[in-house]
Amino acid sequence: MMGQVDFAFEHNAFGQLVLIDANGGRHDNVLPVRAHPVSAPDEGVSIVDQDGHELLWIPSLNELPDGMRDLLAAALAAREFMPEIMRLVSVSSFATPSTWQVETSRGTTRFVLKGEEDIRRLPGGILLVADAHGIQFMVRDVRALDRHSRRLLDRFL
Amino acid sequence: MSVELPSPWSSDLAARLDSGESVVASLPLDLDARLHFAAGLLLLTERRLIAVDASGGWQDWPLRAGLRLNHGDHAGVALLALEDGQQRLAHWRFTLAQNLAALRLLGEFERRIEALASGERLQPVEEAVCATCKTPLPPGEDECPLCARTVNEAPSTWTLLRLWRFARPYRWQLFSGFALMVGATAATLVSPYLTMPLMDEVLIPFQNGQQIEPHLVAMYLGGLLGAALVSWLLGWAKTYILALVSERIAADLRTTTYEHLLGLSLEYFGGKRTGDLIARIGSESDRISVFLSLHALDFITDVLMIVMTSVILFSINPWLALATLLPLPLIAWLIHLVRDRLRTGFEKIDRVWAEVTNVLADTIPGIRVVKAFAQESREAGRFRTANRHNLAINDKLNRTWSLFSPTVSLLTEIGLLVVWAFGIWLVAHESITVGVLTAFLAYIGRFYTRLDSMSRIVSVTQKAAAGAKRIFDILDHVSSVPEPVNPQPLPRVQGAISLREIGFRYGNRSVIRGLSLDIRPGEMIGLVGHSGSGKSTLVNLICRFYDVSEGSISIDGVDIRSVALADFRRHIGLVLQEPFLFFGTVAENIAYGKPEATREEIVAAARAAHAHEFILPLPLGYDSIVGERGQGLSGGERQRISIARALLIDPRILIMDEATSAVDTETEKEIQRALDNLVQGRTTIAIAHRLSTLRKADRLVVMDRGQIVEVGNHDELMAAEGAYWRLYQAQLRNAEQTLLEGGE
Repeated sequence: MMGQVDFAFEHNAFGQLVLIDANGGRHDNVLPVRAHPVSAPDEGVSIVDQDGHELLWIPSLNELPDGMRDLLAAALAAREFMPEIMRLVSVSSFATPSTWQVETSRGTTRFVLKGEEDIRRLPGGILLVADAHGIQFMVRDVRALDRHSRRLLDRFL
Repeated sequence: MSVELPSPWSSDLAARLDSGESVVASLPLDLDARLHFAAGLLLLTERRLIAVDASGGWQDWPLRAGLRLNHGDHAGVALLALEDGQQRLAHWRFTLAQNLAALRLLGEFERRIEALASGERLQPVEEAVCATCKTPLPPGEDECPLCARTVNEAPSTWTLLRLWRFARPYRWQLFSGFALMVGATAATLVSPYLTMPLMDEVLIPFQNGQQIEPHLVAMYLGGLLGAALVSWLLGWAKTYILALVSERIAADLRTTTYEHLLGLSLEYFGGKRTGDLIARIGSESDRISVFLSLHALDFITDVLMIVMTSVILFSINPWLALATLLPLPLIAWLIHLVRDRLRTGFEKIDRVWAEVTNVLADTIPGIRVVKAFAQESREAGRFRTANRHNLAINDKLNRTWSLFSPTVSLLTEIGLLVVWAFGIWLVAHESITVGVLTAFLAYIGRFYTRLDSMSRIVSVTQKAAAGAKRIFDILDHVSSVPEPVNPQPLPRVQGAISLREIGFRYGNRSVIRGLSLDIRPGEMIGLVGHSGSGKSTLVNLICRFYDVSEGSISIDGVDIRSVALADFRRHIGLVLQEPFLFFGTVAENIAYGKPEATREEIVAAARAAHAHEFILPLPLGYDSIVGERGQGLSGGERQRISIARALLIDPRILIMDEATSAVDTETEKEIQRALDNLVQGRTTIAIAHRLSTLRKADRLVVMDRGQIVEVGNHDELMAAEGAYWRLYQAQLRNAEQTLLEGGE
């Protein structure tokens, strides 16, 4: 569905997102924030100002006109960083802290897992793995991993 | 100043730099523009900023006045944006792993741009300071000793051997126990040996028509009885001594672990669940004790027995001995095969157990919420699920485990069969006597049953190793609030607190940013701001419950990280919103921070805290027992006990975190009077929601999103009509509203 909307977005010279609201007011440097980044990424996107106050609530990204959706998607993509783990290549040890070598949706990397409690289960069988610097890696479906990765991961669960 | 560069670029770089130009700071980038992992590099030279991307593309920006680097981070990814007054020129992203390098580059960049703008010559850095915490660095080092303490190495896998640290004090008892064990085992091996002469010299000759010699029989039977008695006595002594030792080792382990745990920072407790920690210290150490006193003991006895038996068997008849011992390597191999699978299984079971305990630990303290929302069945379901998970994992493990023992038994039977067959063949060829065969069968009868029980050692060792690993996990955890190596003494404190550009990060969320504040001795500071503005975090940092991620906090000019924790906290009195009373008497609770306080001191503190008059009517006065959450006392009463607790230690610095917000206005006045006594002459930092309670503050500090936005006294801030004024107006309106509604 492509509904009519009474607001618009544009970029300023600093590369920041600008919201032009229904009354024609300009809000510089606004940020799109997903309300449910893991469970329902395309539903509920809030546009907040620099102080974190909500200016606009977009119930669903899919209801926006194409151009605007792409603009927001690009703005979201520039801030979102949750690499999805596709494969565990190796782990330095089964006791923590342990260094993991992984292939992710954003290329291969290695990170340090500080403790088993940094692996969190979310509803729906999603695993979130936080590294020593607070970067969240996601495993969307443990069963979809290959045998080797599953065996390694299993030792930490 | 020279900077090491990652190798792929270093040769290329030399060609690109002008003569006399050198790199003063470098930042390895680990993300590209699309936020994919890719190596890049950002360099700062005396003249320009150079960016190199993964494909080798170079870009540079000459340094000039008006350039600015903006640094920020979100969700573990940092952003550095180069801007001039009109627009953004470029930006780079990298993970927080590179943040230290980024801060160094940023500092160097700002210093140079500033010099360009003012037209002055570049000032040399007066002293090297750590880019993260701003504390001066020891000369000649560029890594800050306070910041460089991240541990990325896992503890070794030979976890059980590490128990030696706890066994060492008992090594003499252990040694004598071992000697007794050798003796006891040797004694048990006498009786099968005696079956040989009994058979060959007594029974077989009798069957062949000779008389039984009573004298000979009595001697052999006496030998059997003697061996049994000796082995009984030695066995008893060895078991007793070693059980005593293993209990002591476990007790030491438990105490040491708990002591270490208490020394860890609040951050550690925040990330762990109570049930899990209780299980580790309680049941894991018990499991290790049982392992040491029972299983490990049996295992060593068994190994001794096997070695001794082998020696005896070979000395009697090497060929038959060989046939007897043949299945041994096979069984050893089988044990090894199953070992790995069982170990992971047992580690899993431990974690599932912790999960079951956690459900209980979550639910029981929150039972009021559970009942209020009528969610009993849901919580029961959660417990059932955790239990089912436990069952499923146990079932899976038991499939392997159950196959294991019968297989060992089967091999035993086959081994016996081999000995019988080979033995009969040897007897038939007259190589050995019937007595020798009987002795062999008697020996290996014991021998193989021991192998069966030895196979059990695999699982218990793995269980104990898994337990030991979980305990050493705690012991190996370095507190994120470490004790200084050479603590500075802090005998007397004036109470001046100075915060220098502090920052604090909780996970990847930055809670406090670039905050600086100087507090004079005896001054009362009121911290004001919306909830979530970082007030409580700031107070936690001052108490050193957490360590700052950036900047430094000093008291009377001494960095609080260089003072022993206990020494530092002795000077701090803390009154919290939710006072915690321990199980014990009222007097004990008041004297918690100073157990040696006299009764007079306790009563005086209670009087000053306006607690005396409600304590007296309690059934047992100061000796009344109060529970863990202070059952039987109202919120205001508990609060006044905690104020008395703070008064008793007579601290130079007093911190009150929403001390009056949980009680009604009447009680608040009562508590306020108690607090006024407490505040006199001390450096005080008070957080309060109701601004009216901060009227007495010398200065009010208004915080917003981790930063200070306003400082001043009530009148000044009201006149400025800023953030404080808005907060005050909002509360005034609220109060009027309440009055109006109450009046209707």
